[in-house]
Amino acid sequence: MLNEFQQPLKLLNRMTSCSVVLEAPVQRVAIFGGTHGNELSGVFLVKHWQKNGAEIQRSGLQVTPFITNPRAVKKCTRYIDCDLNRVFDPDNLGRKVMEDIPYEVRKAQEINNLFGPKGSDVAYDLIFDLHNTTSNMGGTLILENSGNDFIMQMFHYIKNALAPESCPVFLIEHPNLKYATTRSIAKHPVGVEVGPQPQGVLRADILDKMRKIIKHGLDFVRIFNEGEEFPPCTIEVYRIIEKVDYPRNKNDDIIAIIHPCLQDQDWQPLNKGDPVFLTCDGETIAYEGDSTVYPTFVNEAAYYEKKQAFVKTVKVKLTAKGLRSSSS
Amino acid sequence: MAALQRLQPVSHVAVSGGTHGNEMSGIYLVKHWLREPSALQRDSFSATPFLANPLAIERCVRYVGRDLNRTFTKQFLNSKATQDEPYEVQRARKINQLYGPKGSAQAFDFLFELHNTTANVGACLIASVQDNLLPMHMCHFIQTHCTLGHYPILLYNLPDQEAYSISSVAKHGLAFELGPQPQGVLRADLLTQMGALVACALDFIDLFNKGTTFPAFETEAYRFIGSVDYPRHPDGELCASVHSKLQDKDFLPLRPGDPIFQTFSGEEILYQGHATIYPVFINEAAYYEKKIAFNKTEKCSLSIPALQRE
Repeated sequence: MLNEFQQPLKLLNRMTSCSVVLEAPVQRVAIFGGTHGNELSGVFLVKHWQKNGAEIQRSGLQVTPFITNPRAVKKCTRYIDCDLNRVFDPDNLGRKVMEDIPYEVRKAQEINNLFGPKGSDVAYDLIFDLHNTTSNMGGTLILENSGNDFIMQMFHYIKNALAPESCPVFLIEHPNLKYATTRSIAKHPVGVEVGPQPQGVLRADILDKMRKIIKHGLDFVRIFNEGEEFPPCTIEVYRIIEKVDYPRNKNDDIIAIIHPCLQDQDWQPLNKGDPVFLTCDGETIAYEGDSTVYPTFVNEAAYYEKKQAFVKTVKVKLTAKGLRSSSS
Repeated sequence: MAALQRLQPVSHVAVSGGTHGNEMSGIYLVKHWLREPSALQRDSFSATPFLANPLAIERCVRYVGRDLNRTFTKQFLNSKATQDEPYEVQRARKINQLYGPKGSAQAFDFLFELHNTTANVGACLIASVQDNLLPMHMCHFIQTHCTLGHYPILLYNLPDQEAYSISSVAKHGLAFELGPQPQGVLRADLLTQMGALVACALDFIDLFNKGTTFPAFETEAYRFIGSVDYPRHPDGELCASVHSKLQDKDFLPLRPGDPIFQTFSGEEILYQGHATIYPVFINEAAYYEKKIAFNKTEKCSLSIPALQRE
C-alpha cells in the first residue's frame, strides 16, 4: 500500500518518462492554396504571402506559400481533369507520365517531388492546405490520423486561441472513406476548411478567419520549436462514419433536397425523426438512425457530383500525449 | 396621373430556368414543372416552362461560350449563323424563334426568367427600364400579396440601352433574382420562395385576363446607374476584397466616405462618389470577370397609371 507521498511521485515519474512524446523540431512548412481553384480564400492569401510574406515568417522556420493547382485557379474552377485532392495515393503518384495523363495527376507528382516524397524522411514537416466550403462549417480543422499527437496538440492550441469562437475538428480517419489529400505528403498534414463561402467568391470575414487559424498554427510551431512542453490534453473531434447521398430516381436525378431544418446546421446534433430531405411534392424525409450523429459538409456544391448530400460524424474525445521538441 | 391604360390579354406565357447553368432554383423548378405542369396552369392560360441553356446546365457552369443573358440583342439575334459561333448565340436565336421574334406581334406576351445570385439581394424583381406598365403592376401585386418577404424592384438597364436579357424576347418580361445562394447549390428556402413568386405572378396574369382593374399607384424602384470594379494590380489580379462593412448590404444606402474595399494588407478603400447610392449585386461570383464588385443604383419613384385588359 503506497503512502500519500509515494503515489503522486510514482505517477509523476510515469508521466515524465512515458507520456511525453519527443517530436523532431519542425523546420520546413508549406501553406497550400488553390488545391481547388475556385476556393478563393486560400488562393488570395497565398498570392498575398508570395508578394509579402512577413506575416507568415517565424524565426527558425522556413514557410513556403504555394499555389497547387494554377490552371484551375486561372479558370476559377475546382479542377481541370480530376480532383487534385484525391490523387495523392501511391498508384497515382507512381503512375507513368504519358501524353493523356490527367493534369492533376501530373501536378500531384510535381508537388510530391517538391514537398515530399510522401512517406520519406525528406518530406516537408508540416503542410497547411487551405480550403473553402459552401457548407456552414465555420473554421474547421481537418485531422487525418488520430495518432498524431503533434497535430492534436496544435489543434488544442488553436482552439484555445480562438475561443469562445468554436473551431470544430473533423477526423477523416476511416478504412474506406479517407482520401489521399494534397497535404498527406507531409509528416504533419493539416486541412483548414472555412465556410460558408460560395465558389468563386472572396469574403473578407472568411479570409480573416482562415488567416487567424494560420497565425495561431504557426505560433504553435514556433513555441514548440523553442522548447515548450505541452501537457497531455483531450480534444473533442467529430469522426466521419458515413456519407449520405441525395434521394434519386431511376435516371439518377435528385428528387429531394436538403431540408430547411438541416440546411446550415453543420455540427448540430441530428436525431431519429429529425427532418433531413424535402421532396418536390413537399414531403419530409426524416433521419432513421438510432443514435445521434453530427452532420457536416451539408449541401456542399462540389459534392453533388460525388453523391454526397452530407456526411455523418460522431463525437469522440481524443487524448494527445504530452509533447516536447526532441532538440530542447 | 395618366388615364387608365389598356393592354391586350396575356395568353402566351413562358417561364425559363437555367439561363445560367449553375443557378439551381430555376433549373430545379423548371425540371419539376416539365414533369408536373399543373402548378403553371390557370383558368385563362397555361405557362410553358423551358430550360434556356441545356449544355451549361449539364456541366453546371454559368455558360459554355458566352453569357446567354447578354446575347438577346438585335446584333446577335439577327446575325448570320457561322461555324465557330458560341453555343449561346445559337441558343439565343432558337429561343427567339420559339418565344419571339423580339419586337414582333407574334412574340410571347410574357417571359419570366429565374435567377440566383451569390449576393445578398433577398428576392428582387428585375424589369427593363423601358417596359414599365404590365411588369410594374405585376411587381406591385407581388409586393402586396406575396407575404413571404420584401421584394425590391430593380430596373436593370440604362434608359437608352437596349434590353439584352432573355425576357426581352417577349412583349413583356420579369426576372426573379434570389440570393444569396452559391453556384451549384440548391437551398430549400429559396426554392420555396421562388415557386411562390411564380405562382403569385401567374395569379396576377389570370386576374388581369379576367378583366380586373388594377388602380394607379406610386412605387419606389432602384434604377441601375453604373458599376464599380475591384481595385486590381496592373496584371488584373484583385488587390482587395469587398469590405466587411459593405458585404451583404445590398439595397442599403452607401454614402461617400463609407468603406467599400479592404486590401490584403489591411488598408480600407472608401467610396469616392458624390452622392448616396444603393449598391446591388455586391460580391456576385459571376461578376468578377465582368469587372463588377457591385452595381450602383439610385432610388426613384414611379407613378404607374391604372391598368385593365382590352
